[in-house]
Amino acid sequence: MSAAAATQGHRAHAPTDFYVREEDHHAPGGFTHLGFWIYLMSDCLIFAVLFATYGVLGASLAGGPGPRDLFDLPLVALNTTLLLISSITYGFAMLAMNDGDQKKVLRWLAITGLFGAAFVSVEIYEFSHLIHEGAGPQRSGFLSAFFALVGTHGLHVSFGILWLVVLMTQVSKRGLIGANQRRLTCLSLFWHFLDLVWIGVFTFVYLLGVLR
Amino acid sequence: MSSYPTHPAHVPHPAGPHGPHGSDEDESGAPHGTYRDYMTGFILAVILTVIPFFLVMARPIESPGYTAAIVLVCAFAQILVHMIYFLHMTPKAEDGWLLLSTIFTIILVVITLAGSLWIVFHLNRNMMPMLDSDMMQEMLPPDGAPAAR
Repeated sequence: MSAAAATQGHRAHAPTDFYVREEDHHAPGGFTHLGFWIYLMSDCLIFAVLFATYGVLGASLAGGPGPRDLFDLPLVALNTTLLLISSITYGFAMLAMNDGDQKKVLRWLAITGLFGAAFVSVEIYEFSHLIHEGAGPQRSGFLSAFFALVGTHGLHVSFGILWLVVLMTQVSKRGLIGANQRRLTCLSLFWHFLDLVWIGVFTFVYLLGVLR
Repeated sequence: MSSYPTHPAHVPHPAGPHGPHGSDEDESGAPHGTYRDYMTGFILAVILTVIPFFLVMARPIESPGYTAAIVLVCAFAQILVHMIYFLHMTPKAEDGWLLLSTIFTIILVVITLAGSLWIVFHLNRNMMPMLDSDMMQEMLPPDGAPAAR
């Protein structure tokens, strides 16, 4: 084969290469998963800063009550259980979504929302109890950092529940369309991520706090 | 070779909305798990939660140092369990970008946490006002007269 023929052949195929640029590897929203993950990583940095603040201020009691006097471990164990169960029920909702079973998705989402709401309620009870005892966020550096860290996590869970309710409405109105599946996948990442942050909270704040 | 003519974006797959079973990625590239994954993750997470709570509440191990070490190991293991079984992280997900962004974040988190604790620990030691008795002893010469400024 001569060089000229090879060039000719290359030229004949050249236009095809331009169509490759038009090729869409991803369905619409194909980068949503990665994009949402990067948002979660930035959220992770917020929590890292709050954990660092707690680590720095955790021993500054200003003569006030310390972790050992304040924390009620059975209550924390209950909260941990609630959040862990809500994680697995959300997983069941995702499995039902993969099967295309809309009723099951809605049922598991509702159960997840209830467990999430129970978690937030227990946390609000804990906070109000602490404030009632005079151990509010203004009492000492330790308590400011504690309320900031645990409160931010609780706020995340509350907004997660709000998002969950919005998605339940969406799914019941429009069904398991592609957009809703994408949204459910994002919320699943968010929800499991919050459970992951909670591992850090109950370990560093509650368990190690009581040990100290 | 280019496969674009065989993968139009919106043609429903004959085997259902997500293509044949056994594939662990849907069309948007998001991995999803199986029932087995979730149950394995849940059982492991329960075990790794019960151990630290038991160790701190019942205190079968006297030494706080050993207890804290086991509690930390359990937390680390449980974070890994959540990442693998609930968040379905694999090195290949999103062409590796998922793992790369996570590793980058972990580096930043470690720098933030370790750096803050390290710096402030030294600040506290070097700059915090000492207890009154210590301060008096250091500022007063041995004979009890006030230190010359």
